[in-house]
Amino acid sequence: MARKRPTAILEVGTMSNLPSGVERHQFDGTERLATRGNPVYGEPTDGEWRAWDPHRSKLGAMCELGMETGLEGGETALYLGAASGTTVSHVADFAGPTYAVEFAPRPTRDLLSAAESRPRLFPLLADARKPETYAHVVEADVDVIIQDVATRGQARVALENRRFLADDGHLLLAVKARSEDVTSDPNAVFAEVRADLEDGYVVLDSRRLDDYHADHLGIVARPR
Amino acid sequence: MTDDSATDAGWYGGLEPGDLEAAADAIESGTREQPADWPTLAVEADFASSPEEYYDRLHEATMATTRQAVREREGADDRQLVHTVRAMDDCERTANELAERLAEWAGSVDPEAGTGIEYARTIAAREDSQNPRLESLATRIRSLAEEADELREYIERQTPTIAPNLAGLAGPVLAARLISLAGGLESLAKKPSGTVQVLGAEDALFAHLRGHAPSPKHGIIYTHDAVRGTHPADRGSAARALAGKLSIAARIDHYSGELNPELEADLAERIETIQARHGTKTADGDTRGGDDE
Ligand SMILES: C[S@@+](CC[C@H](N)C(=O)[O-])C[C@H]1O[C@@H](n2cnc3c(N)ncnc32)[C@H](O)[C@@H]1O
Repeated sequence: MARKRPTAILEVGTMSNLPSGVERHQFDGTERLATRGNPVYGEPTDGEWRAWDPHRSKLGAMCELGMETGLEGGETALYLGAASGTTVSHVADFAGPTYAVEFAPRPTRDLLSAAESRPRLFPLLADARKPETYAHVVEADVDVIIQDVATRGQARVALENRRFLADDGHLLLAVKARSEDVTSDPNAVFAEVRADLEDGYVVLDSRRLDDYHADHLGIVARPR
Repeated sequence: MTDDSATDAGWYGGLEPGDLEAAADAIESGTREQPADWPTLAVEADFASSPEEYYDRLHEATMATTRQAVREREGADDRQLVHTVRAMDDCERTANELAERLAEWAGSVDPEAGTGIEYARTIAAREDSQNPRLESLATRIRSLAEEADELREYIERQTPTIAPNLAGLAGPVLAARLISLAGGLESLAKKPSGTVQVLGAEDALFAHLRGHAPSPKHGIIYTHDAVRGTHPADRGSAARALAGKLSIAARIDHYSGELNPELEADLAERIETIQARHGTKTADGDTRGGDDE
């Protein structure tokens, strides 16, 4: 499924895969993904660079696994399920304006700290199933929606938020099988989520993230 | 993409830039079906002179709104804290007064009777009933003391989320008392540090203003080790230094909420310098905490 030359993705100039602003750096003798910004979760740093831990970030795992995310750096992003800001802080480091939606107050406290030093990271305490409660704040035609909500109805959340995505934008979705159904076989859950997504998206690529996150599927899609 | 009804515009519609309260209101309660190109529209509406300025304002507004929303949703705002501190003090004071009454009463029947809340606990725990009225009173005192302890635990848990810097410098209970004396975090943040220095010493301050007494050097912050642990000759300077840092902490907590670990180190350094003049009152001169009465 991982294509060498994805025709559907526009303007992927080089095949380097990593967006600009994301680089591989040495930390304690191992090469790791890194972005430039204030540390957020105790990750190791090297000058301005801080390691991006794929074990703690599904998007990090998607990048580490070489998935064609279409990210180039500098894009406008909508992040759903920002939690305490682990991943979205890396996104804000390499992307442009980044809207972060999270509905649990507790992790949002830490998200606020991560956003303190990131002037283009906009934290919102809101329910991603109710985009009408933030459409007066989040701008139209964002380049990428990144979603990691780990809750029942993950396809529906992606469909509801499609209204924010530019026609040539991308959805980067992490699906957690157990959030949909603890008893079913993950593959059955993934097939169902993919089928539901088809209502509004064309799936370009998908990959199990098990090396880093058990029973998770990474999906790259574009709006239909 | 846009629906052009003028009634449900972007969050910034009709706002003065910098009016964070109104912005919070608009972001919190606004709804709209479809998004629009807000940065461009906001510039056209003269809310900002450029998209960059728009994003700066959006950052400021979303930070303030979300911070406030988190506090409210956790039910952990400063007003709750003010009530909790007052309730804790009332419970403690009442428990102590009743314990005195109990000791007096018990002393009339038993010359060996003890005093204080501890004594009330002993009477309440008595297995063989000797005086039901006395034991019943002791039970109430014990409950009041327990209630005070629970309120204190609540304060210790909540204050660091409401005022992380203040709690870090003063300890959670003293921080909560300062907020309570000022009537809220915002009013504490707006007080000059000279006022913070004498909060809780209002009686002494009025006596001074009426010309009966010297001006008080410190109020409730006296309970902080930075003051109490300093040689009496230098306590005024220590109180002034401490009040200065506490004021800064309250302002950061109110306006940004971001933890600034340098504050604690700064205070420790200041106090060390002051204490170096005449030495400390206590052996160790620790500048942290100060959570007892
Ligand atoms: C697996 S965690 C996300 C971790 C985060 N993406 C990271 O890598 O740093 C899932 C988060 O989604 C949030 N969430 C679940 N349902 C949501 C909803 N309907 N709206 C917004 N956030 C939601 C949860 O509160 C939780 O913090």
